[in-house]
Amino acid sequence: MIYDITIDGKSFRLELDRTDERWHCRLDGRMVRMDAVLARRDVLSVLIEGKAYEIKRERTATDMHLWVGGARYAAELRDPRSLRSRKTAAEDEKGPKKLFAAMPGKVVRVLIREQDEVAAGQSILVVEAMKMQNEIKSPKKGTVQKIVVSEGANVNPGDVLAIVE
Amino acid sequence: MFKKILVANRGEIAVRVIRACRELGIHSVAIFSDVDRAALHVRKADEAYHIGPAAAAESYLNIEKILDVAKLSGADAIHPGYGFLSENAKFAQACADAGVKFIGPTVASMEMMGSKTRARQHMDVAGVPFVPGTSRGLESAKEAEQAAAKIGYPVMLKAAAGGGGKGMRLVHRPEELNPALEAAQSEAQRAFGDGEVYLEKAIVNPRHIEIQVLADEHGNTVYLGERECSIQRRHQKVLEEAPSPIVDADLRRRMGEVAVRVAKAASYTNAGTVEFLVDHDKNFYFLEMNTRLQVEHPVTELITGLDLVHLQIRIAAGEKLPFAQEDVRIRGHAIECRIYAEDPDNNYFPSPGKITLLLAPSGPGIRRDGGMYEGWTVPIEYDPLLEKLIGYGTDRPQAISRLVRAMNEYFLGGIKTNFSLFRRILSDPDFRAGKVDTGYLDRLMESAPHVVKRGDAGIAAIAAGIFAILEPAAVPASEGKLSPNAANGTGSEAAAAGWKRAARIEALK
Repeated sequence: MIYDITIDGKSFRLELDRTDERWHCRLDGRMVRMDAVLARRDVLSVLIEGKAYEIKRERTATDMHLWVGGARYAAELRDPRSLRSRKTAAEDEKGPKKLFAAMPGKVVRVLIREQDEVAAGQSILVVEAMKMQNEIKSPKKGTVQKIVVSEGANVNPGDVLAIVE
Repeated sequence: MFKKILVANRGEIAVRVIRACRELGIHSVAIFSDVDRAALHVRKADEAYHIGPAAAAESYLNIEKILDVAKLSGADAIHPGYGFLSENAKFAQACADAGVKFIGPTVASMEMMGSKTRARQHMDVAGVPFVPGTSRGLESAKEAEQAAAKIGYPVMLKAAAGGGGKGMRLVHRPEELNPALEAAQSEAQRAFGDGEVYLEKAIVNPRHIEIQVLADEHGNTVYLGERECSIQRRHQKVLEEAPSPIVDADLRRRMGEVAVRVAKAASYTNAGTVEFLVDHDKNFYFLEMNTRLQVEHPVTELITGLDLVHLQIRIAAGEKLPFAQEDVRIRGHAIECRIYAEDPDNNYFPSPGKITLLLAPSGPGIRRDGGMYEGWTVPIEYDPLLEKLIGYGTDRPQAISRLVRAMNEYFLGGIKTNFSLFRRILSDPDFRAGKVDTGYLDRLMESAPHVVKRGDAGIAAIAAGIFAILEPAAVPASEGKLSPNAANGTGSEAAAAGWKRAARIEALK
């Protein structure tokens, strides 16, 4: 299974399969050794590279949150194969897409040059906000038409960072 | 001994008393309002009776209805818990008139301690130390000015019938006195139906330390050490501990002896608490006496090895105290956290709702006195105290580390709680050093908030995928929002809808 997952506004691509009780997991293309057991409804015991996590899920009709340790993360999950996701994905493919800043912060790195080809989910630049570095990823496969900001620039929510054609 | 006790309360304290009844082989009778049919105390009791609508005035405060249930069920005693009717002398009198034993002090003691000014007058005679002030209500602004000038500023205005900080005003300068007096009087009138206000010297940032007393009906009165209750917000206690980090054996004995003197001056019987203010030089002043079991009684139970509710019942049944003052030993340290359904991001406003997930801590030195369970909807009508989490250890650092460990095991999903506040207090260097006073919590909350580490977004992403594979058909929590606590069948309809949905998804596979 392939999922597009957003955690606190940050996108991840997760490949996850289970065969004969063995898990195969790639997060943004990187292989992760892990095991998981559903301890009870909404509670997972997860082992990742030997570290143990108890993860709790809270859901309402509209949203989902995951607790890892004392921190609560807003989570969104899309199965690209599902009908609704395919439709949105198809819409996403059309036309140039703008990348926006979600939080006030500072551009610390630009990873791609204009006119470079990018894959969906590939990082284009890194914005530091609230002492966390967030990779801003391409929403689609295409060409980076324009990079609007430069390294060191301060950005505000809603500012356009780059355009992918 | 009693055969059957009616518990005139709800929530965790009703469960606490029902448990004691079961341990003593006494039948318990619960009462419940419209919104409490599914409450834990109703589930735990031997008998339960509906007494009216959600509004407390028409249910848990309705003396007539409660005594009707006592008669109907054949209860021979009533335990009032805390809050509601527990300090209502009229209720105690009505119980006596109905021939049902009220598990608490006599009507006369309750009346004496129920008015702060009347209590002061009596305690003055008994030679109990007070914060300097007027022991009578202020008749005029002029009288207030003279009294304040004599005592010296800052002064505190207080409602005679008060509690919970209502009708209280801190006055720093003479020109502030008049408007503050008018405000305090009208607030007291609105809150208690009694505008009587008196004046005291304000002790800046005192500690709030209280002594537990027990008195039988044969003239024996003992004290069971102190509780440090300085950590308060809006005059409501948040975290309590015993013993106090600043009370040594000598101070404990002196405060205990004064507390016993207070109890004896009021001819007090059963469990009671004498509250003191303690200043920076460890001078202590009588504040008031609470004529009931306190919320924070478990910390005293843990460090004395006594069961206060058992003893309350035995005393009310006419038994003598089974031990003397010199038999009371204090051992170890206990700390209680009051877990509330409150939203820390919205100024700790009550945040009731359905508890969708409960992972409870256990293990060494952990006691939980609760009134909730997973699947229960916390009603909006009452105090949102969910549970008291109490940590006990050989010493204070161990009690703290056990609580910190328990907070890590603890999870409540679906509702907001004040968990983060306890994580913050328990890790705060001043708290760990025992440096607390009644201004402590406000200062802590004004300081920069503790930043939670948020480096596990990738872990959360993997978990989101795992949940999608392992639990794809789970019914969203919100399907149960149709008041499952109500007496009618909406809760089960919602459950049935979820069940049908799950069946549909199963069939689609």
